[in-house]
Amino acid sequence: MRAMSIWEYANPKRFIATTSPLIPWVLGLSLALIGTALVWGFFFTPDDFRQGSTVKIIYLHVPSAMMAINAWIMMLVASLIWLVRRHHVSALAARAAAPVGIVMTLIALFTGAVWGQPMWGTWWVWDPRLTSFLILFLFYLGYVALWEAIEDPDTAADLTSVLCIVGSVFAVLSRYAVLFWNQGLHQGATFSLDAETNIDPVFWWPAVISMAGFVGLFVALVLVRTQTEIRARRMKALLARARRAGAGEARA
Amino acid sequence: MMPDLGAYAVEVVSAYAVSLLLLGGLVALSLARWRKVKRQLEEVERRDG
Amino acid sequence: MKALLLRDIRLAVRAGGGFGLGLAFFLIVVVLVPFGVGPEAAVLTRIAPGILWVAALLAALLSLDRIFALDWEDGALPLLATSPLPLEALALVKAVAHWITTGLPLTLAAPALGFLLNLEPGAYGWLLASLALGTPALSMIGTFGAALTVGLKRGGLLLSLLVLPLYVPTLIFGAEAVRRGAEGLEAGVPLMLMAGITFGALALLPFAAAAALRVNLR
Repeated sequence: MRAMSIWEYANPKRFIATTSPLIPWVLGLSLALIGTALVWGFFFTPDDFRQGSTVKIIYLHVPSAMMAINAWIMMLVASLIWLVRRHHVSALAARAAAPVGIVMTLIALFTGAVWGQPMWGTWWVWDPRLTSFLILFLFYLGYVALWEAIEDPDTAADLTSVLCIVGSVFAVLSRYAVLFWNQGLHQGATFSLDAETNIDPVFWWPAVISMAGFVGLFVALVLVRTQTEIRARRMKALLARARRAGAGEARA
Repeated sequence: MMPDLGAYAVEVVSAYAVSLLLLGGLVALSLARWRKVKRQLEEVERRDG
Repeated sequence: MKALLLRDIRLAVRAGGGFGLGLAFFLIVVVLVPFGVGPEAAVLTRIAPGILWVAALLAALLSLDRIFALDWEDGALPLLATSPLPLEALALVKAVAHWITTGLPLTLAAPALGFLLNLEPGAYGWLLASLALGTPALSMIGTFGAALTVGLKRGGLLLSLLVLPLYVPTLIFGAEAVRRGAEGLEAGVPLMLMAGITFGALALLPFAAAAALRVNLR
C-alpha cells in the first residue's frame, strides 16, 4: 500500500512537472508545421495531371490515416506497460490517446470519402482500406465506452488494457479478412518517408511536413489530456477521502 | 489568392474545412478541459489544506 | 468441469434461462428480411448467405450477457474462482456451454431457414459446415466480452459494442465460404481460415477472459 501511494502521487506529479514546460512548445510547433504544410499544399502546389486538385487532400488524408493507426499502437504499448509495470501514467495516457485516435480516424474517413467521390464516382466503397478504418473506428468506440462505463479507475485500466490487446489481434485479423473479402479500388501505400520515387517532390515536402505536424500534435494532445486525466483522478481521490472523513466525523 | 481548384473545388475545400474543424475542436476541447480540471483541483487542494 | 458444464446447460434450458429465445430471434430476423428487400427469389438467393450469417451472429449475441450474469448475481462466481478449477478452464467451459445452448441449435436450424431465403442448393453443406466451425468462435469471443463487462449494471449494450467488432473476421470468412459454395466456387479456403480463427480463439481467449474475470473479482 505504501509503495502504491508513491506511484500514485510522486510519479504522476513528476510527469506533470516534466511535461508542463514542454506542452506549449510541442503544441505551438506542431500547429505551425501543420499550418505551413496546409498553406503550402493548398495554395502553392500544382494539380496532379490525373487527379486534378483533389491531390491536395493528400496533406490531410495520409497524415491522419497514419496517426489513426499509430495512436492505436501507442495505446497498445501503453496498455502493456500498465499491465506489466502498473505505471498509472501509462494507463491514463492510453485513455487520453483514444479520443485523439477517433478524431484522426474520422478525418481519414471523411477526407477519403470526399477524395473517393470524384476519383471512383462514389462516396463510399467497401474497399479493404476504407473498411479497415471503419472497423478501427468501431474498436476505438468500444475502447472508450468501456473506460467510461467502469467506475473504479484501476479496474477500468486493467480491463481496457486487456481489450486493447485482444482488439489489436482482431484488428489485424480483420485487416486480412477484409483484404480477402474484397480486393478493392484503393491504391497501395504510395507513401514512404525515405523514398521519393512514388510521388513527385512538389507533393512530397508539404506532405512530410504535415505528417511531422500531425505527430507533434498527437504528442501534444496526449500530454495535455494525460495531465487532465491525472488531475481528474487525483481530484476524485481527494473528494472521496474528504467524503469519508466527513462521514467519519458525523458518526463520531 | 484562391487557387483554381477546377471541378473538384467543393470536395477539396470541404475536406480542408471539416478536417480543420475537427482538429480545432479537439485542440480547443482538450485545452478547455485541461484548464477546468486544473482549476478545480487547485480549488480542492486549497480547501483540504 | 463436466458437472459445471451440465449445470450451465441445465440452467440455460430451464424456463427463464433464455434458451430458445436466440432461435426465435434467428427465425424472426430471417422472416423480416424479405419484407425489407422484397419477395423476389433471385435477390433473396443472392443475399441469403450473408443474411443467415448476420442473423445467426446477432442471435448468438443476445444471450451473451447471461454467460456470467447469473453466477455473478447469486455470488457463485467468487466461489467458482476459488475452486481448484482454474479460471481459464471456467471460461472455456462457459463458452462451450453457451455454444451448446445457442451455437449448436442455430447451426441445426439454419438449413431450414435457408429454404425461406431460397438458398442455392449447393450451399447447404457449406452453411452447416461454416456455422458449425464458426459459432464456437462467436461463443468464445462473447465469453471474453461477458468477462469484461460482468461487473457492470447495464453491461448488455456495451457488451454488444465491444464484441461486434471482434466478430468481423469470423463473419467475413463464414459468409464468404457460404457465398462461394452457393456460386459453385472453391469454398475451402475461407472455411479453413475461419476454422483457424476459431481454434486460435479457443486456445488463447480463455486466458484473456480469465484475466478479465480476475480483475472483476478483485
